[in-house]
Amino acid sequence: MALSYLRSSSSRSANLLKPLSSGLSLRSPISTDTTPITVETSVPFTSHRCDAPSRSVETNPKELLTFFRDMALMRRMEIAADSLYKAKLIRGFCHLYDGQEAFAVGMEAAITKKDCIITAYRDHCTFMGRGGTLLEVFAELMGRQAGCSKGKGGSMHFYKKDSNFYGGHGIVGAQVPLGCGLAFAQKYSKDETVTFAMYGDGAANQGQLFEALNISALWDLPAILVCENNHYGMGTAEWRAAKSPAYYKRGDYVPGLKVDGMDALAVKQACKFAKEHALKSGPIILEMDTYRYHGHSMSDPGSTYRTRDEISGVRQERDPIERIRKLILSHDLASEKELKDIEKEVRKEVDDAITRAKESPMPEPSKLFTNVYAKGLGVESFGADRKEVRATLP
Amino acid sequence: MLAISRQRILGQSFQKIRPAVPGLRSYSSAAKQITVREALNSALDEEMSADPKVFLMGEEVGEYQGAYKITKGLLEKYGPERVLDTPITEAGFTGIGVGAAYYGLKPVVEFMTFNFSMQAIDHIINSAAKSNYMSAGQISVPIVFRGPNGAAAGVGAQHSQCYAAWYASCPGLKVLSPYNSEDARGLLKAAIRDPDPVVFLENELLYGESYPVSDEVLDSSFCLPIGKAKIEREGKDVTITAFSKMVGYALKAAEILEKDGIYAEVINLRSIRPLDRSTINASVRKTNRLITVEEGFPQHGVGAEICASVVEESFAYLDAPVERIAGADVPMPYAANLERMAVPQVEDIVRAAKRACYRSVPLAATA
Repeated sequence: MALSYLRSSSSRSANLLKPLSSGLSLRSPISTDTTPITVETSVPFTSHRCDAPSRSVETNPKELLTFFRDMALMRRMEIAADSLYKAKLIRGFCHLYDGQEAFAVGMEAAITKKDCIITAYRDHCTFMGRGGTLLEVFAELMGRQAGCSKGKGGSMHFYKKDSNFYGGHGIVGAQVPLGCGLAFAQKYSKDETVTFAMYGDGAANQGQLFEALNISALWDLPAILVCENNHYGMGTAEWRAAKSPAYYKRGDYVPGLKVDGMDALAVKQACKFAKEHALKSGPIILEMDTYRYHGHSMSDPGSTYRTRDEISGVRQERDPIERIRKLILSHDLASEKELKDIEKEVRKEVDDAITRAKESPMPEPSKLFTNVYAKGLGVESFGADRKEVRATLP
Repeated sequence: MLAISRQRILGQSFQKIRPAVPGLRSYSSAAKQITVREALNSALDEEMSADPKVFLMGEEVGEYQGAYKITKGLLEKYGPERVLDTPITEAGFTGIGVGAAYYGLKPVVEFMTFNFSMQAIDHIINSAAKSNYMSAGQISVPIVFRGPNGAAAGVGAQHSQCYAAWYASCPGLKVLSPYNSEDARGLLKAAIRDPDPVVFLENELLYGESYPVSDEVLDSSFCLPIGKAKIEREGKDVTITAFSKMVGYALKAAEILEKDGIYAEVINLRSIRPLDRSTINASVRKTNRLITVEEGFPQHGVGAEICASVVEESFAYLDAPVERIAGADVPMPYAANLERMAVPQVEDIVRAAKRACYRSVPLAATA
């Protein structure tokens, strides 16, 4: 996708830094250009028991365009899932991530696929960030064979073990001790990698989180606990659920950092900092100040406990994709039209994936009985009427 | 087979409490005797030695040498990276154990008693048991949860519950419960080697009991199959199923019944899930009568499942209704006399077996 073009007089936002060198008459191909650019984060980091990293983040055109494309893809995917749910092709629970995309892409930019990630049920975009495909997402949401869990998991149970993505968990807070366990195993195996255990502001009050954090600190585990603070635990605002909503400080003896979670570059900087810290000194908490445009799930309109003005306000002032778009335009890395073309491409990709996902069949009836055990020992399992339906577990 | 016949000949002496002198050979037998404690300890030791991914975690398992000394000597041998003392935070450390298993390690998590497993039960069921299914085989969980289960002596209601029925109802878990030293060694080794989450229900009162073990059992490669019950004593008149401590009681009951001309077949379940329905049903088809024995609460218990299974598969063979002997349907009392009434005694099993046997025999014929 090598592009070369003349500098255009596209509109630039006045609020962002101009590129340090602006004397080029021809832009280099943006998709492979790794010329360093330094950008300041939207706000400085706030720290607890540690020295905050610098506000100046190094990036490059390739990375910024990748951020734009990936976030646009995630955004489109979640909106398409909304439509599929309303069309009753997706059943049960569906928790959408639109608004929060900057965290998924910023984190991936700072780590490798050997680092582990575990999250709760708002997992579609996290799965994509780990290398999952649109087909696997839509097919799983619709309960089809081509789904990442072959249709047997559903929205809350996406996994991708080959890129160290461990789900996808429905029980609020449970993923945090599990994530600390992954970190334990990484340390035990001397892998020099870390685990990012993500949770929400709602889960931040869970007791098991503090139990796991205590053990992680005692045993110096390379665990990074990330609170994706979208300010609402289902319908309960943070100030109604937490006596102290300063989640980055809640680790007490564990250092913490508060980050603008809508700024992908700030996220990347924080995750890089956290990984270095965790490998050297044990657990750290990152609090991502973020926002979800949708309600808690598709059953929640999301407007009974927050005002539409608040939602549209965040969309206008802090949208993560718009931030990157403005950055790209102000640095002359692409034209508005090129970015719109990317969005069109992404839309088409999503539509194509949905078409293919719809063609994927539902699982065979015999699959009811597979994977109950890794080693079934030839025992019998039963259907609702055990005289009618029995199976031998392999 | 040799081990079984030795056990029958020496049946009386096994059930007494022996002084805990390891390796002392009984003058009446050539077989070595080891306590259940030694059996569990040696199994853990051997499996940790064979596979560096196996590690132990729990309260007091390291420096204290184990609350019941099951993990004695292991910290010294394997070091603090593989034998981990945890704070008293079951939810947290069980979750950590399951997460480590997701990554591919093989944790053995000890609950000081299974009563405390209730603090962590979400991780056992939702994080461990269901993961292989929800992920369509991507995430297997090779973890063992072990510890004493059921009643001890005088520890009261909160420390005496039997969890066999609860855990065994859950697809995705395997639930084992050893009786003697051979069971303890073979089943624990099988549990550690198994790629699925295993709940391993021991019994505190059996830890100090000695049982004979053959050379085969003492070999480090020894392993028992999961899902297979053992016929501890053959008989033709009535089948008695039991697990853990109740196997000893069932065997004593069988001795007593023999004097009245009733030959009981005692089945040591060993595996609560998978349940060895074929061995149980084959036995009932032979004897036509069934007594199920368990220590736990009666409603929705292990015996209820066995009874249903036999009624479904071998109804025509039953000559009497299935009898259940279980713990009393009350929280465990403290006073010694009430506690005695709250758990099955040998005479309860004998009485139930006689009830089952006299159904089709007119009373006059017993004279």
